[in-house]
Amino acid sequence: MTTLSLRAARRIRLPLKLTVAVSVVAWLIAWFVEAPLSDWLTFSVFGLERGSHFGEAIAFFLLDVPKVLLLLLGIITVVTLIRGFFPPERVRAALAGRGQMTGTVAASSFGIVTPFCSCSAVPLFIGFVEAGIPLGVTFAFLISSPMVNEVALVLLWGLFGPAIALVYMAAGLTVAIVGGLVIGRLRMERYVEDYVWALQGKGPAMVEVKLTWEDRIHDAWAYTKDLVRRITPYLLIGIGIGALIHGYAPTDLVAAIGGRSNPFAVPIVVLIALPLYSNAAGTIPIVQALLGKGMPMGTTLAFMMAITAISLPEFIILRRVIRWQLIAVFATVVTIGVLFIGYLFNFLIA
Amino acid sequence: MKKIEVLGPGCANCVRLEKVAREAVEMAGVEAEVVKVTDYAKIAAYGVMSTPGLVIDGKVVSYGRIPSAGDIAVWLSE
Repeated sequence: MTTLSLRAARRIRLPLKLTVAVSVVAWLIAWFVEAPLSDWLTFSVFGLERGSHFGEAIAFFLLDVPKVLLLLLGIITVVTLIRGFFPPERVRAALAGRGQMTGTVAASSFGIVTPFCSCSAVPLFIGFVEAGIPLGVTFAFLISSPMVNEVALVLLWGLFGPAIALVYMAAGLTVAIVGGLVIGRLRMERYVEDYVWALQGKGPAMVEVKLTWEDRIHDAWAYTKDLVRRITPYLLIGIGIGALIHGYAPTDLVAAIGGRSNPFAVPIVVLIALPLYSNAAGTIPIVQALLGKGMPMGTTLAFMMAITAISLPEFIILRRVIRWQLIAVFATVVTIGVLFIGYLFNFLIA
Repeated sequence: MKKIEVLGPGCANCVRLEKVAREAVEMAGVEAEVVKVTDYAKIAAYGVMSTPGLVIDGKVVSYGRIPSAGDIAVWLSE
């Protein structure tokens, strides 16, 4: 086959602009009919009683599943499209040669938008070290990336409004910056595996790969489909638990464990969250239900951040490049940061 | 004989990219071998941090995404 006929044989394409326009309109229609539809289904079609435990639980479930799925589909596509412009390779080029302070702040901010999954934690770590980026700056990125999850950020915005979303982002950035600075101060370089240092300065300059808008939109949609499929189980479980809490958990119990009167509420919820690991999006419905039951904002944020940022699988994967001592410091810094944010926001939002 | 290297520690996307690369070889009708590179040091040596990466004859052609088989076939024929 010649190059020419191959070009013609590339993926079958619908007109790009038309596809985008139709998707946007379909999304908007779904967004506006979703709430009345779920209400009608629960209380008119199923005939459940308004105000009953079961009715409220089912209404919450039917309202939330489509709502969160819609938000996810829309948001992830847009966010993936945007962050395609900030691949780690480019972030590395931007961070190399910066001072400790500038580098740490910049790395924490990049952590919000840069794609990251625990399977790329190791190449990412090696890549940063290789470019001579200080350890503290690298960790600022490693803390911020899972903790301030852009999907969670936009979901919070969609469900609770901008104030809480910005609070979440500011909190995560603070932990990442302080954590990065602390790890930078501790001079932990000796706990990085030797072979990683041996690579330093050997990597080639940044590789640029040109992408068209069509490539980018195609990639964003493929990624979104894949991600939504992977996190839907988490989400359904999350919404299920959220619905149970919403319909059944006595407000007294939530208040007794997580309420303002319990000074140990924050460490308790962090302990509960430690063995749990979920995608940030999966925690949102639980967060929503807990807030509805009167759990204070700081405690709820601490719970959510502990679930997403303190991740055992990621710690185990990082063992390939750093020793346990440094992993322990990393975990400790993140945990202290989460506790601090919990108490701070409980204090601030009275 | 072209050499295609799929860079990645073995995550789901790396496996998928390897499959797509083999399809592309068939589509382009060129002689090519597809090898997987799982060693982190070797992946880093290509300057790739977001996996999966794709290398044709020593040149990085894509990273952090899965190109379509058609795209890869075009790169192979160039």
